[in-house]
Amino acid sequence: MSPLEIISAVLLAIGSFLVLSGAIGLLRFPDVYSRMHAAGITDTLGAVAILLGLMFLAGWTLVLAKLIMILLFLLLTGPTASHTLGKAAWKSGLQPLTDGREPAGDSGKGAE
Amino acid sequence: MELLLDISLLSMLVATAIGIAVSRDLLAAVMLSSIYGLLSANFFVTMDAVDVAFTEASVGAGISPLLMFATLAIVGRFERYPHQRALPALLLVVLTGAMLILATLDIPAFGDPNAPAQTHVAPRFINESGTEIGIPNMVTSVLASYRGFDTFGEVTVVFAAVVGVLALLGSSLPAAGRKLPDTLLQASNHRILRIVSKILVAPIMLFALYVQFHGDYGPGGGFQAGVIFAAAIIIYTMLFGLEAAMKVINVTVLRVLAAFGVLLYGSVGLVAMLNGKNFLDYDALAADPVHGQHYGIIVIELGVGITVAAVMMLIYFAFAGRLIDRSHKS
Repeated sequence: MSPLEIISAVLLAIGSFLVLSGAIGLLRFPDVYSRMHAAGITDTLGAVAILLGLMFLAGWTLVLAKLIMILLFLLLTGPTASHTLGKAAWKSGLQPLTDGREPAGDSGKGAE
Repeated sequence: MELLLDISLLSMLVATAIGIAVSRDLLAAVMLSSIYGLLSANFFVTMDAVDVAFTEASVGAGISPLLMFATLAIVGRFERYPHQRALPALLLVVLTGAMLILATLDIPAFGDPNAPAQTHVAPRFINESGTEIGIPNMVTSVLASYRGFDTFGEVTVVFAAVVGVLALLGSSLPAAGRKLPDTLLQASNHRILRIVSKILVAPIMLFALYVQFHGDYGPGGGFQAGVIFAAAIIIYTMLFGLEAAMKVINVTVLRVLAAFGVLLYGSVGLVAMLNGKNFLDYDALAADPVHGQHYGIIVIELGVGITVAAVMMLIYFAFAGRLIDRSHKS
């Protein structure tokens, strides 16, 4: 295997691992916000890693340009979608699940 | 490997379909139907039908859930009457399904070279379309030229759909001076969404034009391009309000455009007839038959794109106008 292929394989493996862990987190975490944390963050990074891995395989071709465009699109839309989802959940009155202790430095509001 | 992909995609499809049938929350059902569309698009890609997958992704996963969401905004999120679990209906569905499964036993295996679909006209399309039509994307050759008549019918159906929607919902577009309801204004207060969509609307439109005019060379064509273009305008309308969109887009012009696309398609056929060939025989459009085919395909795809884009926007505007009307009456 050439060095480029090895880099690509490593990136693809990282991306797959992140996407898989995001999926497991989505199933295992207890409330909307922690699930979104699992899905949003790992998915964005996972997709970026997979796309980077594919870019190393593509070389200097038109496919590379298309992958870069997909990457830009995902980087714009993914976090925006997570943000909107979180805001919608907050506005509809969903409280984050806490262990009952008040967060440090925020003594004004108690967790419910 | 492909078998594994097929099995996992199909089982996810089945799970999604059951979810749609069981869910009492209509919002969740629409979300699931969007996922269903995306999964089928993936499935079509594994079957190497990228053009169909593209259409399914843009129509099935994109615009039709969007229009259903607009409907839900009018009719409410939950079913007003409780689920009726009628036994006769279930029996009928199970019976029909069993008969369909029975019928699949007679279908030749996927990719069987001796299947009727592969021996009838397909060899001619595959062998001759390169010299007869001369464009690399064979799917576009079949859709726009060999089967131009069918596609004309499809565009007419799309046009008839918008005539039906406008006849039912009327032209309930917001009159000047009417304010948007508070709920919609709240949605448009999402600053991050507004900024990101402002960045994205122009590239989405550009991409629609690329899909429109690159359909001869790669997956794409008028249907997908029209839907993508309309999606860009609809995103803008959702975030900046109907009044802002109305400043850019004139509904009367949209109505004329929806009819114009079909007219453009049909007149290509008439020009071919005037030049002494059959209806929609593009050979007659230029001295060189291959050039004629190129002109014909580009023009009719443009007609398809214009009609589809205008129709999608009109349907969305009709729903949105209805929503504003209702919030004023209540």
